[in-house]
Amino acid sequence: MLDLYQTEGLLPESSRILRHSVREFLEKEVRPGILEAFHTETPPDMRALAPKMGALGMLGAFIPEEDGGPGGSYCDYGVVCQEAERLDSSLRSFIAVISALVMYPIWRFGSEAQKRRWLPALAKGEAIGCFGLTEPNAGSDPASMETKARKVQAGWVLKGRKQWISEASIADFAIVWAKTEEGIRGFLIERGTEGFETSTIKKKGSMRASDVGELILEDAFVPDEALLLKSSGLKTPLSCLTQARFGIAWGALGAAEDCFEAALNYAKDRKQFGAPIASYQLVQKKLVDMFIGITQGKLLVARLARLMQEGKASFQAVSLAKKVNVALARECAAISRELLGANGIALEYPPIRHMMNIESVYTYEGTDDMHTLILGEALTGIGAFAKEA
Amino acid sequence: MKLLVAVKRVPDPEAKIRVKPDGNSIVTEQLKFVINPFDEIAVEEALRIKEKLGGEVVVLSIGPSEAAEQVRTALAMGADRGVLVKTDGAYADPGIIARALAEVAKQEGFDVLLMGKQAVDTDYGQTCGMLAQILGVPCASFAYKVEVEGESKRLVVVREVDGGLETKLIGMPCIVTADLRLNEPRYASLPGIMKAKKKEIRQISLEELGVEVTPKLRVESLEEPPKRQGGRKVGSVEELVRALHDEAKVI
Ligand SMILES: Cc1cc2nc3c(=O)[nH]c(=O)nc-3n(C[C@H](O)[C@H](O)[C@H](O)COP(=O)(O)OP(=O)(O)OC[C@H]3O[C@@H](n4cnc5c(N)ncnc54)[C@H](O)[C@@H]3O)c2cc1C
Repeated sequence: MLDLYQTEGLLPESSRILRHSVREFLEKEVRPGILEAFHTETPPDMRALAPKMGALGMLGAFIPEEDGGPGGSYCDYGVVCQEAERLDSSLRSFIAVISALVMYPIWRFGSEAQKRRWLPALAKGEAIGCFGLTEPNAGSDPASMETKARKVQAGWVLKGRKQWISEASIADFAIVWAKTEEGIRGFLIERGTEGFETSTIKKKGSMRASDVGELILEDAFVPDEALLLKSSGLKTPLSCLTQARFGIAWGALGAAEDCFEAALNYAKDRKQFGAPIASYQLVQKKLVDMFIGITQGKLLVARLARLMQEGKASFQAVSLAKKVNVALARECAAISRELLGANGIALEYPPIRHMMNIESVYTYEGTDDMHTLILGEALTGIGAFAKEA
Repeated sequence: MKLLVAVKRVPDPEAKIRVKPDGNSIVTEQLKFVINPFDEIAVEEALRIKEKLGGEVVVLSIGPSEAAEQVRTALAMGADRGVLVKTDGAYADPGIIARALAEVAKQEGFDVLLMGKQAVDTDYGQTCGMLAQILGVPCASFAYKVEVEGESKRLVVVREVDGGLETKLIGMPCIVTADLRLNEPRYASLPGIMKAKKKEIRQISLEELGVEVTPKLRVESLEEPPKRQGGRKVGSVEELVRALHDEAKVI
């Protein structure tokens, strides 16, 4: 699409080369099946797809090579997310979960043994993990979680239930956050552990190409080595969310671009009242609104990627980009769907699928409201999350 | 094995090309450029030969400074180093390209020089023939399969020809041009891209190479293809055959 601000030139050459590879790969390997996956709520076979993504360096892009990652940058991670979400939010979900919610906590808070065992396998797409924070009674307010880990001899016993967990039913292990006597800590729980079960949530109206499920812990015993040693308090999982939100800020742009391109092509093609609808002022206004938003969004994430790389991005800066770009994608999906008329509700065209997916993206990784409150607190110094602060 | 691969920077085949108002060049602003797809296949073949027999893969490109990105992409796929001959500003016709490639090839020395069967922007397909002539080496075009014959310094090249395949045995050093079905090129992976950052790209100008830069070919004008006509439904097979014969004149 038209790049008036030459935003692509703000990215390093290496990220541009990566974008080309990733786009070609996804067009060939994923595009043909994505509509059917969404329609039938049958996610692509990630056991087959993940190793291919891993070979390209699409998983944990920012993790250094010496730690088992592909050795790229935050910009590379961003570009991968953007290209994935052009296709479908579910694919970007998978990439963000593996990179930010599974690899990142192991990399930052795990033991040497955990890093050695899991990081290379995750980067290669040979292992799949998931991240369990949300519970039936704790969503936006994870501090109110009910899952508990009790210290016993040589290990821990976990009890609780995690809900709305991406990749729950295909994961080899889960990073589970639970309350201990020293506050919230993370545990790496492998499939097959006694008392640990997963289930799949079906009949979703959004993210239908994604595996989302539950983690059920009924006095599951894990050895001491399962603890993420350096995790301490709620700020540990929140730091993982910052990494994922960064990926979403890029990804949402991909969905917005795909919707915009669909609308632009359609409007130039579709004739009503004797002329292409693109020739009418009302339609041009809609196209221009989308275009301006996307241009602004690209500038935002290009700057944010640099700050992340330099370790200077605050979590508030990441909240701002997540909030702005996801709201943009939501709007672009709705406008694009509208411009396609009745065809706009057909799954053969991408807008309605993006529109349904973005509803999840708007809610997860901090709802739009939560990011408003985070920014509100940054401005005023007054937290407005809870009644009594 | 010393393998040279020539790669050209061309507009993305997916992109919509617009002719400039001057009528003899195209609008390059906002245009995405890639490695010529046939050259990408040539790079892949060179990498496969190297992986089997060892050696070195050197990527050559003649083009503007920006073509460094395409050379870098080939390095990210796995080539060892690159040479970029900069034409900045000047128009380089196939003759100039062939002479520049010949100079670099002489400096480098080679067993096999691979390139695409044609560049998808100009579709001339002339460079390989000219280059073979200048260097005085054999050339096998439209390769469908390439194999090194034992230790013999000979290459078995299967070529796609009308109605079948032709197998040729040619001595090295030689030139091979890649056809579509030779292989499926690998993607430049992130680890490959990171490694490529440390690989050398030698940059020289046409003048430094001592290549005559006056083109023998001049582009008179460029035109956009005629707009596609909408389709039409016909009533019967007879009518269809008649339309194809009398109107479309394709049968
Ligand atoms: C497809 C999908 C995948 C997911 N994957 C994961 C995963 O992998 N791991 C994981 O841990 N979780 C995951 N989640 C869960 C997600 O993070 C939560 O849904 C999200 O945090 C919101 O929590 P909730 O659904 O309980 O909503 P609630 O917190 O109950 O919020 C309901 C509404 O109330 C508003 N609200 C709440 N508190 C306030 C307040 N103080 N002021 C104003 N408004 C407020 C919210 O903004 C929202 O509009 C996923 C969700 C979806 C849909």
